[in-house]
Amino acid sequence: MTTITATTAPPRARKLVGAGRRQWIGLLYVAPAVALVMVFFVIPLGMTAWMSLHNWPLMGEHSFIGLGNYWAILRDTRFWNALRFTGYYTVVVTIAIFAVAFPLAIFIERPRPFTNLYRTMFFMPAVVGFASASLLWSWLLNVDSGLFSPAAYDLGLIDKKFNLLATFQPAFWSIIAMVVWKVAGFTMIILMTGLQSIPQDLQEAAVIDGAGPFARFRAITLPLMRRTLALALILSVAGSILAFDQFYIILRGGPRNQTLTAVYWIFNQSFVSFKLGYGAALSMVLLVILVTLSLVQLWLLRKPEGLD
Amino acid sequence: MAQAMSDTGKLAARLARHSTGIIASVLFVAPIVWTVLSAFKPAQEARLPPLPPWPTTGFSLENYATLNSFGDGLWVSTQNSIYVSVMTVILSVIVSVLAGYGFSRFRFPLKDLFFVLILSTIMIPFQSILTPIFLVLTKLGLHNTLTGLVGVYVTLQLPFSIFMMRNAFDAVPREIEEAARMDGAGNATMLIKVMLPLVWPGVVTIALFAFLGAWNEFLAALVLMTDQSKFTLPVMMTALQSGRFGAIDWGAVQAGVTVMMVPCLILFLALQRFYIRGLMAGAVK
Repeated sequence: MTTITATTAPPRARKLVGAGRRQWIGLLYVAPAVALVMVFFVIPLGMTAWMSLHNWPLMGEHSFIGLGNYWAILRDTRFWNALRFTGYYTVVVTIAIFAVAFPLAIFIERPRPFTNLYRTMFFMPAVVGFASASLLWSWLLNVDSGLFSPAAYDLGLIDKKFNLLATFQPAFWSIIAMVVWKVAGFTMIILMTGLQSIPQDLQEAAVIDGAGPFARFRAITLPLMRRTLALALILSVAGSILAFDQFYIILRGGPRNQTLTAVYWIFNQSFVSFKLGYGAALSMVLLVILVTLSLVQLWLLRKPEGLD
Repeated sequence: MAQAMSDTGKLAARLARHSTGIIASVLFVAPIVWTVLSAFKPAQEARLPPLPPWPTTGFSLENYATLNSFGDGLWVSTQNSIYVSVMTVILSVIVSVLAGYGFSRFRFPLKDLFFVLILSTIMIPFQSILTPIFLVLTKLGLHNTLTGLVGVYVTLQLPFSIFMMRNAFDAVPREIEEAARMDGAGNATMLIKVMLPLVWPGVVTIALFAFLGAWNEFLAALVLMTDQSKFTLPVMMTALQSGRFGAIDWGAVQAGVTVMMVPCLILFLALQRFYIRGLMAGAVK
């Protein structure tokens, strides 16, 4: 999970101990990190661009085909469907996460009896891995051995056991529910810090001026939380665009490939069909989309408070 | 009278507040508890729908025992997961402490470039460079090895951990170093004996995140580990849940998910303070 977004360093003393030879010692300290980033990041990144211009099967020779892969992407309806689905999922899940996390953040913001306990409980699913959560829910959602369908059947709510994962709508909303369960606590904590950074006397002054809760929320809470909201939004959007585990483990892209995500399609092309060059070209497209989004979002975050 | 009214009002508010809190808590925690309890059902019962959530015919460890009979066994995958996670923790702590110290206290050529390079890796998702990582590992002879996976995981942790450690070292007053240098501390002594105790909370934080990251990672392990004997827990459990070892045994799935969740929950409950600190450091400015 990646959580860093800004790189603004605290003001640091410029005076440095020692000189000359000691310069190179610093390089030694950072060398292992730089080497790792080179081997496992920079080189693979360069290779992705290079491979995307080739026909590159797992076995046998690869051959240069220029922009061939990219032309093929234009005609790859599966990919565009996957991208459209990923976008749809990202919008829906982000709204759902905020709809749950924001009230929770307000609920646990101020220290009152049991607040710490509630906070911990709401947060617990967030430390469980996405794979664990998906495996757990694939059981609860199972038509015969799971919780929902058999319980509804036993209670007489439905007259035939209903497979939630067999058709698009119920399957999609099951995933949304699972992800909200897993992620809301995380978003809640981030929003909580935003709420806590709002000066208490500002709210009190507004109360004295006769502002109701809604007016205060709109005039004080929201504007002062812009950066926190933007940050929580970035994390949610970036995470959702890369969604894979839950769709692979619970739905396997089904029903009828309707829930293939972008990363899932890249995985399929690269590691199931072993079209490594094509997979690389798809990766480049996804990468451009994500970097563009990150830059837009960074710009959003950098914008100073209260300026519109 | 007015006093009594406001007392009732307060009580009602408190009641509303706590019932909301309790209901929400149950919703968040129930699936976890449900799984952990169901895993203790005898195999026969574990196949049935989970109402009530607890075993009705006695607690049993049968599901855990069966789990070991799939593929190369749960125990092998658990060992792999432990190995990968512990190595990731150790290496990412060593590499990040060194780098954090270097970036905080020294001036050297290309320093800013390296720092930006490491931090900017966070903008590029590893999902999009997984194919070449696969090829790089093959070139290095690390394909399908746990060591290769550790290399990938450590690299994924670096931007967060180095940022965290650099800030931790930045917060240590220079006078402390100068005093230690007067006392004749060399470079190694300085870092290990003088600085490390002062940045200890940062080290615990990055170790915790490295563990959770490595323990829970799925996609890279799925792609890079091809032998069953190298599967980590998430990969092994997914193979089991997809029916790759025959009919799906939901009792075994519950037991396996429990094995995957419990270490995370224990670490989180024990180190909550550090977890939140990490979230803040990573997330807020």
